[in-house]
Amino acid sequence: MHPHAPKTPLPPSPGAKPFYLKDLDFGVLAQCIHCGLCLPTCPTYDATKLEKHSPRGRIQLMRNVAEGRLDLTEAFGDEMYFCLGCLACETACPAGVDYTRMFEEARADIERAGILNTEKRNWIRSIMLRGVFTRPWLLRLIGRMLRIYQASGMEWLVKKLGLLRLLPKNLRELEPLTPRVERDFSDALIAEVETPKDAARKRVGMLTGCVQDLTYSSVNRDTVDVLLANGCEVITPRMQHCCGSLHGHNGEVDTARDMARRNIDAMERSAGSLDDLDAIITNAGGCGSHLKHYDHLLHDDPRYAARARKWTAKVKDVHEFLSAIGTVKPTGVGTEQVVTYHESCHLCHGQKITKQPRELLKLIPGLKLVELPESSWCCGSAGVYNITQPEMSAKLLDRKMANIAKTGAKCVANGNPGCSVQLEAGVRTAGSDVEIVHPITLLARAYRGGQGGEK
Amino acid sequence: MPNLTADLTALLEPARVLHSREDLLAYGYDGTAALSGVPAVVVMVKTVEEVAAIVKYAAANRVPVVGRGSGTGLSGGSVPSMGCIILCTAQMDKVIELDEKNLTVLVESGCITQKVSDLADSVGLLYPPDPGSMKISTIGGNVAENSGGLRGLKYGITRDYVMGMEVVLADGTVVWLGNKCVKDVAGYSMKDIFIGSEGTLGIITKVLLKLVPKPAAKKTMLATFARMDCASDTVSAIIAAKIIPCTLEFLDKITIKCVEDFAKIGLPLDAEAILLMETDGHPAAVEDQAAQMVEIAKRCGATSVQVAQTAEESVRLASARRSAFSALARVSPTTILEDATVPRSELSKMIRYIQDVGARHNLRIGTFGHMGDGNLHPTFLTDEKNAAEMTRVELAMQEIFDFAISLGGTITGEHGVGLAKKPFLRRALGNASLDLMKLLKKSLDPLGILNPGKIFD
Ligand SMILES: Cc1cc2nc3c(=O)[nH]c(=O)nc-3n(C[C@H](O)[C@H](O)[C@H](O)COP(=O)(O)OP(=O)(O)OC[C@H]3O[C@@H](n4cnc5c(N)ncnc54)[C@H](O)[C@@H]3O)c2cc1C
Ligand code: SF4
Ligand code: SF4
Repeated sequence: MHPHAPKTPLPPSPGAKPFYLKDLDFGVLAQCIHCGLCLPTCPTYDATKLEKHSPRGRIQLMRNVAEGRLDLTEAFGDEMYFCLGCLACETACPAGVDYTRMFEEARADIERAGILNTEKRNWIRSIMLRGVFTRPWLLRLIGRMLRIYQASGMEWLVKKLGLLRLLPKNLRELEPLTPRVERDFSDALIAEVETPKDAARKRVGMLTGCVQDLTYSSVNRDTVDVLLANGCEVITPRMQHCCGSLHGHNGEVDTARDMARRNIDAMERSAGSLDDLDAIITNAGGCGSHLKHYDHLLHDDPRYAARARKWTAKVKDVHEFLSAIGTVKPTGVGTEQVVTYHESCHLCHGQKITKQPRELLKLIPGLKLVELPESSWCCGSAGVYNITQPEMSAKLLDRKMANIAKTGAKCVANGNPGCSVQLEAGVRTAGSDVEIVHPITLLARAYRGGQGGEK
Repeated sequence: MPNLTADLTALLEPARVLHSREDLLAYGYDGTAALSGVPAVVVMVKTVEEVAAIVKYAAANRVPVVGRGSGTGLSGGSVPSMGCIILCTAQMDKVIELDEKNLTVLVESGCITQKVSDLADSVGLLYPPDPGSMKISTIGGNVAENSGGLRGLKYGITRDYVMGMEVVLADGTVVWLGNKCVKDVAGYSMKDIFIGSEGTLGIITKVLLKLVPKPAAKKTMLATFARMDCASDTVSAIIAAKIIPCTLEFLDKITIKCVEDFAKIGLPLDAEAILLMETDGHPAAVEDQAAQMVEIAKRCGATSVQVAQTAEESVRLASARRSAFSALARVSPTTILEDATVPRSELSKMIRYIQDVGARHNLRIGTFGHMGDGNLHPTFLTDEKNAAEMTRVELAMQEIFDFAISLGGTITGEHGVGLAKKPFLRRALGNASLDLMKLLKKSLDPLGILNPGKIFD
């Protein structure tokens, strides 16, 4: 065991609320009328047909906790972590239930009470959530080491010699999930201020994300290229922090708030003021969904509340933004390619962005878009779910891969790095040659291939 | 007191006997507002043998058994009674046989209604009963509630499509009732007794359903009205013109707004009422009927009538209508739905009365429903924490029921009695009819272990 592993519940930060669920407005909890219309869209209910693994069941348990009829038990904690947080239930719910809110508050209660704490879990959480993901330089250092491991041939040697077998079982199972790390991170690829050839029609801030930056920094470069091609001046703060979504979704509210403040500060430093920006662009569905909630996250912070509201109003997913300003159509004939589109949960359910990425793909010359069956069914990535619930996650990945195979497409577009890591693992396991790519990358390629674009 | 969990674990896989507090709380409700309970144990059954063994055990130990499908019922039918076993069919959901020669499908009772509908559609057939909850309701639940749907006007209700069923009786005996024959008069039609029995007479384990050929054409229209009674006049006039469309669904202003907030399909927010009208059948007949319906609606005061241009558009309209009840929950913490039904000729009177009751008791009521069936769902948008308002809701409910009965109507058209309508049943049926029901219950379930306390005490 690690010498610094905390043995007791992690202490709450000063001024934090003692209970989240209990303090939640009755209206939020009572909004669910237990009609059950969300059940068929819930992946964990679909797989088990057990009510407690359904949105309606979970809401009922949360309500029971809030009203004091159920203690914060370990079983309750396990249930709330068995939930993918995919938010398919929110899309399905006609009653407008705010599942995100309840779910995050429940997980915060669980962490506050420490009911799931084991020494191993605490160690992993404090290293990962509080250590690595709060320190951009450390995250990138680890990425750098991983890159050396992957590029040096060491990886091949380790696999060949069967050294992985020396690792504990659940770490060994993680190996195929380890994403490819890029050679350069965003700061090396993107200048702090980049201006388009002609006069800029918009000025935007660019968020590079953390996983995106580590594993898909080229997608960030592509995004900036696409924004430039669409007449935007792009401001990209240096050494950006994680957006805090991992923390928010995993009950680390205080850390999530801290991350939010740092991101607002950084953007203001680079851009002058948030008022000087037309939009703040994110290209990662999972982050976007969380970034749009900074207003709620910081609503009671006197120094940040107003700025956070401004922030929320400006954050736009890149597809959403392009579609709103009118995307420049790439010229040329393009290469013939069949592409299918997988919807990241937090893009389609969290942000209700479904049409824009498809419209954008259809602009690309030579590209034929075929619909993916069950395109909005979770792929099992779900933040760190593939690490914490490998079995359920694998089931969902198998289902997704089978659906992809049905389309015959050799290219899957999707707008969230978490999904890409998961889907690439699926491709590797299946030994298939399907390419997983961000829609923006396809657009950037089209701009580069053709003469640029036409209005 | 027997040790239920231990005993039941001997009868089926331990993983399918649920007894943790978290599990039990998750089976404490159905779709009905303000009703809940906690069962002693929940069993997830997979075979008729398991069901028989559990019922036999329950009979021997005098433990109540409450059947449950997906728990979408709207009268509290599957809400647990004290100390009961919840017998849930959600994992017993297979399609057993599709018989295209006889136009039937045999399914396990936990099979989801939508699955039957999709299967029929895939071979050019139609399973007409389509309750608003069809994406998740079970066939067993549909049969036990004799559910209606959006196509009841032309195609009838669940009862009209049940040809046979396998039932476990209160002593654990397994019986098969009915068959694939179109005609069968060998003795009493026993299957009919179990249709609409709300889990009080036996546990249904398999159902043989009738399918019909899929109509070749379909047309969907949306008529907009500036007054509610113009919509009910339209319905009466269409029926008086000897046209039987498959769907005549009504939404009032509040309901339109809530549904639009959810579905965002461009419903007219300034209308007092809309009527979703659908006709299907032979293409020429459909054209002709649709034209007549447009004409009638306009004559009765419709401000506009739109015709859906594509199949997707009509599906979007129908699914939006299906979300009406849940969407109304956007307005207030508690949503109490009623199910008053009157002969079609009395619709306008009923609609006006409901408006009047709402005004008199200072209550918000959203009304929608299967207008072609005379089946309305006045829905109280209230707050269970406001005691004074809840008293007024009860008064209003009573008045609406009384008025429906006085028009020759009923207190529930499709949601069943369960717990919610129990207090009103005697008044609706009269003594002789209610006593006959009790006699039947007593002879089929003498120990009173099947869903006790539902429909009547
Ligand atoms: C949004 C919404 C829309 C709805 N729209 C309609 C509609 O348009 N028309 C309509 O008629 N109803 C409608 N309903 C009501 C409800 O969906 C139906 O009554 C449905 O048939 C219930 O199915 P279930 O599987 O959920 O049954 P449950 O709610 O689980 O059970 C209902 C009753 O059946 C009994 N039961 C269940 N399974 C069995 C079995 N295998 N054997 C014996 N008894 C059993 C239960 O004990 C209970 O009494 C709607 C409900 C909702 C929430
Ligand atoms: S979350 Fe929404 S859809 Fe699901 S049961 Fe509750 S009200 Fe119904
Ligand atoms: S977030 Fe996803 S997994 Fe969780 S309850 Fe909703 S639909 Fe189910």
